[in-house]
Amino acid sequence: MSKDQSYYVPKDLKKFSQISEFEPKLAEKFFDWYGEVFKAGALSEREKSLIALAVAHAVQCPYCIDAYTEESMKKGASEAMMMEAVHISGAIRGGASMVHGVQMMNKAKKLSM
Amino acid sequence: MKSLKARNNKLSNTKSQLEVLEGELFQTELPTFQTKTAQYGQPGLKPNQLEILQINMGYMCNQVCKHCHVDAGPDRREIMSQSHLQKCLEIMQKHNIPTVDLTGGAPEMNPHFRWFVEEAHEIGVKEIIVRSNLTIILANKKYYDLPEFFKKNKVHVVSSLPFYEKKKTDAQRGEGVFDKSIQALKMLNEVGYGQAGSSLQLDLVYNPVGAFLPGNQAELEAEYKRMLKADFNIDFNQLFTITNLPISRFLDYLLASDNYEDYMEKLVEAFNPAALDGIMCKNTLSVDWDGYLYDCDFNQMLALKVDAPKSQHIDNFDLNVLSQREIITNQHCYGCTAGAGSSCQGSLI
Repeated sequence: MSKDQSYYVPKDLKKFSQISEFEPKLAEKFFDWYGEVFKAGALSEREKSLIALAVAHAVQCPYCIDAYTEESMKKGASEAMMMEAVHISGAIRGGASMVHGVQMMNKAKKLSM
Repeated sequence: MKSLKARNNKLSNTKSQLEVLEGELFQTELPTFQTKTAQYGQPGLKPNQLEILQINMGYMCNQVCKHCHVDAGPDRREIMSQSHLQKCLEIMQKHNIPTVDLTGGAPEMNPHFRWFVEEAHEIGVKEIIVRSNLTIILANKKYYDLPEFFKKNKVHVVSSLPFYEKKKTDAQRGEGVFDKSIQALKMLNEVGYGQAGSSLQLDLVYNPVGAFLPGNQAELEAEYKRMLKADFNIDFNQLFTITNLPISRFLDYLLASDNYEDYMEKLVEAFNPAALDGIMCKNTLSVDWDGYLYDCDFNQMLALKVDAPKSQHIDNFDLNVLSQREIITNQHCYGCTAGAGSSCQGSLI
């Protein structure tokens, strides 16, 4: 598949705001809210960037991974901090599967003599 | 790591750098800096009152930092003469310029450095800034007493520390620089720099270690203070975040790492018209080791002398003529207007 036919094209991230073309009112509400979400509040901007980085890995959004890697670096996150965030993503995703093992065990035990 | 000049790198020629900055990217895709400022009603930039004379005492340095826009290093032999420094003192005195900002290379390696600082102190210059790379203090026994010398002359010390951890600092500034910087900072703290209740000002400079823009200055300052205190019991006053400009070794890095286009796009996208009022070329004049005048240290490194043919050298310094000049700009200027803006005194907003 050539570069132009890839589903993910890095330059498309810059066009994110253009989604307003098909539905401007909702886009405006989304981007306003998005901007507010990432402002420092009870959490610092850096904490929010690292959380976003972890979630980006959980949902496997390549645009978000690129964007929040850079944002985290800008805000002084070390490589160790960013990798710990990735591990958190893995731990929660893995844990979410594993904890359903309790349901499996409950069922298995109910069906067993 | 060697200087571009020592490596015979094409970019050691300023014309080659300008060819890149004025190249296809800004002919076909991105607006030139001048086009951008014109969109905000400032097609040409004019200076305000002169407040800072920034003197580059020479390009010789004991370090060879990867991001250096000066291309400084131990191989550089350009050093400002005492007669030029004397002339600078006369200019400062005649025009009551409140601040002298000594930079380089390593300004301390100029053989007339101490003489100049003492003279500046003697004639009553309000603020003497020395941009010290810290490791110079430990580089040779003749520099060991620099903290005491700085204290005696009430020097405002400004020093680069790109991160509060070894790996990133050494990646930018060289193996072993972090450990020596910490040692030097402790020596400065011991004589009173950066201490509560002391008038001895010690500020640190953060440059991103890579092709990205600095984050929030206040947040980074808080983090630096917390970590340097906890890990090393080091105090300092302020942290300045300075954007890396696409000049000399940083430009070489951007091109070699295939980051140049993306980085310039980031700078252009982050253009902040509010930063235009505070950019340092509006209140600063830069002097090179040979006595020539520039709008800023960055223009100096691109050999862009001031646009004032009758007053391009300290020997024919004419403040009236210089205050009416138009500031020379090029695409590297986007570095000073990106985001919260950038200057030798940190973010602008």
